[in-house]
Amino acid sequence: MKIFVPGDSAAKALGADDVADALAREAAARGLDVQLVRNGTRGMVWLEPLVEVDTPEGRIGYGNVTPDQVPDLLDGKLNGLGRVEDIDWFARQTRLTFARCGLINPLDMDDYGAHGGLVGLRRALGMTKAQIVQEVIDSGLRGRGGAGFPTGIKWKTVAEAEAPQKYIVCNADEGDSGTFADRMIIEGDPFQLIEGMAIAGLGVGATRGYVYLRSEYPDAIHILTQAVKIARQRGLLGADVLGSGRAFDMEVRTGAGAYVCGEETSLLNSLEGKRGTVRAKPPLPALQGFLGQPTVVNNVISLTTIPVIFERGAKHYADFGLGRSRGTVTLQIAGNVKRGGLFETAFGLTLGEVVNDIGGGTASGRPVKAVQVGGPLGAYMHIDQFHTPMGYEEFDSQGGLIGHAGLVVFDDTVDMLRMARFAMEFCAVESCGKCTPCRIGAVRGVETIDRIAQGDPDAIPLLTDLCETMKDGSLCALGGFTPFPVMSALRNFPDDFATFKEAAE
Amino acid sequence: MHSHAPAPTEEEIRGVVAPLASLEGPLLPMLHALQETWGFVPQAAVPVLADILNLGRAEVHGVISFYHDFRDHPAGRHVLKICRAEACQSMGANALAESTLQKLGIGWHGTTSNGALTVEPVYCLGMCACAPAAMVDGKVVGRVDDARMDRILAEVGA
Ligand SMILES: Cc1cc2nc3c(=O)[nH]c(=O)nc-3n(C[C@H](O)[C@H](O)[C@H](O)COP(=O)(O)O)c2cc1C
Ligand code: SF4
Ligand code: FES
Repeated sequence: MKIFVPGDSAAKALGADDVADALAREAAARGLDVQLVRNGTRGMVWLEPLVEVDTPEGRIGYGNVTPDQVPDLLDGKLNGLGRVEDIDWFARQTRLTFARCGLINPLDMDDYGAHGGLVGLRRALGMTKAQIVQEVIDSGLRGRGGAGFPTGIKWKTVAEAEAPQKYIVCNADEGDSGTFADRMIIEGDPFQLIEGMAIAGLGVGATRGYVYLRSEYPDAIHILTQAVKIARQRGLLGADVLGSGRAFDMEVRTGAGAYVCGEETSLLNSLEGKRGTVRAKPPLPALQGFLGQPTVVNNVISLTTIPVIFERGAKHYADFGLGRSRGTVTLQIAGNVKRGGLFETAFGLTLGEVVNDIGGGTASGRPVKAVQVGGPLGAYMHIDQFHTPMGYEEFDSQGGLIGHAGLVVFDDTVDMLRMARFAMEFCAVESCGKCTPCRIGAVRGVETIDRIAQGDPDAIPLLTDLCETMKDGSLCALGGFTPFPVMSALRNFPDDFATFKEAAE
Repeated sequence: MHSHAPAPTEEEIRGVVAPLASLEGPLLPMLHALQETWGFVPQAAVPVLADILNLGRAEVHGVISFYHDFRDHPAGRHVLKICRAEACQSMGANALAESTLQKLGIGWHGTTSNGALTVEPVYCLGMCACAPAAMVDGKVVGRVDDARMDRILAEVGA
């Protein structure tokens, strides 16, 4: 009997290790021949630990399993959820990038190959650099790290640059609250990232790669490091990638707890062993990146989507989506929400559908008040904006951004003035210090919001001016976009800032 | 576990960092290796790193101080990180952190008087769909409520 207990860190945070231990113990006590697989997560964090039992009818899921339910599970007395693929929350998705996540044993390269792994890389090995880059351009893939820059165009710049050494750098800094897609795919399907980076290397002529992975993710670091070792042993990485005679190898590097190091130039400085200050652009990292050499910097989800594009073809991928947002978006539904997790779907669902239909509303059962989309630099959306479709341009026109596609739901107990203050405080703590509007402005921002809280109405125009200055005078989006959460809170939830009325009473 | 160890010698420091010298961009891996070995980055490492990497001492110090991860003194025997970011706040992280620190009688970055536990803030652990979250010595815990926190504190002897 084959039983799957996720080894994903969110599942472990909800007790999966204890369930796995109980299963092994109970099976041994009964003399049962149980093969226990620690798979990744299917993304349904609300059901974790989600145990799956392999049967002739398919993989039957059991949600929120506790160790004391294990005897019943083995007796067949526990109520199941039916086939995992048929669970509505799962069945409604379009799983392209996450197709294997939760399905396979993350560190079994044969399992990976048996489920479509390496097909994309083998195809790319038969293509020229120009053809590889064109395939990515045709897929319409835009960077999933936040800025939404077309991935193929970036690769083209690096491919056409002349240099003795080029690099592929994967941005796995994933510092945004409300996001965990990078972590999940690394823990659940690490070979897919390795394959994506190898294809990128072939496409631009880079033989070396780095994954800059945040230190807050020790499980992901552990799994990816093991996967890289296995890939090297099996000839997926090294001097002769899959026997092609072409070289690509990579290393995992650990971040050190600085949010700003997710910004690509700060990340490169950090990787070089410097302070993580942001570099002025130009020069673009594509031309002068790591150690001054042409470098592709791409987000984990951008790179893990590459094998899918090469396996199924650019057109297949581009056929999903909305307007200029092609393919699928890996929504991360988080915060005060009933059914949170990773939901991969074509661009185009509305914000309201995501929060209410899929997420099921708040976990607390209270009304939804605000949803922050796109991490700490994203806007607080009001329920009046729930008609907004998930798409880069559509969010932009609503004064918001999609960013890394994390959504954090808040119920009506949230104080939006406090959240605006937090955004400024976070910017002050994490600022790299290079520009005054960000370094000093964020500190002034906290003080100004405190004045509003104390009932000083004159501080509101001051805050607005300050946000303008930060927006116009900051080198990167940390200082430049902190006004998004602050101003959206002020604009969309004015009552929370109307403290002077109370003070006057 | 690190608190009463004698200060490391220059030779010991070299032994930890020298094998990493051939990496491209070796400084962060070296700092992580030092912290892994001693629980903090010893002051005595600054001149050693400066020498190996051909950097000024001020430069090395500048790098160490830039990153939140690196400590210049030992932490308690256990380290508890409580997430303070937005998704966790939406599920009551502020109240959880406040009551935890109050119970322990310390502030952020503080260590309990028995040396058992240091509490640090963290901004997101990737557990945002099972918030509020915390991490104890590298192990993540989700949906942390007061009862769960009390169990954690008891386990680490705080
Ligand atoms: C303050 C700040 C933090 C960022 N954090 C991340 C991050 O954690 N992960 C990421 O992929 N991109 C992050 N970015 C965006 C990167 O600068 C860059 O656009 C991205 O890595 C490019 O990859 P992509 O084109 O595949 O999205 C951040 C940007 C800023 C300004
Ligand atoms: S905006 Fe802030 S974080 Fe960005 S470069 Fe300027 S000071 Fe650094
Ligand atoms: S916000 Fe706390 S784990 Fe992400």
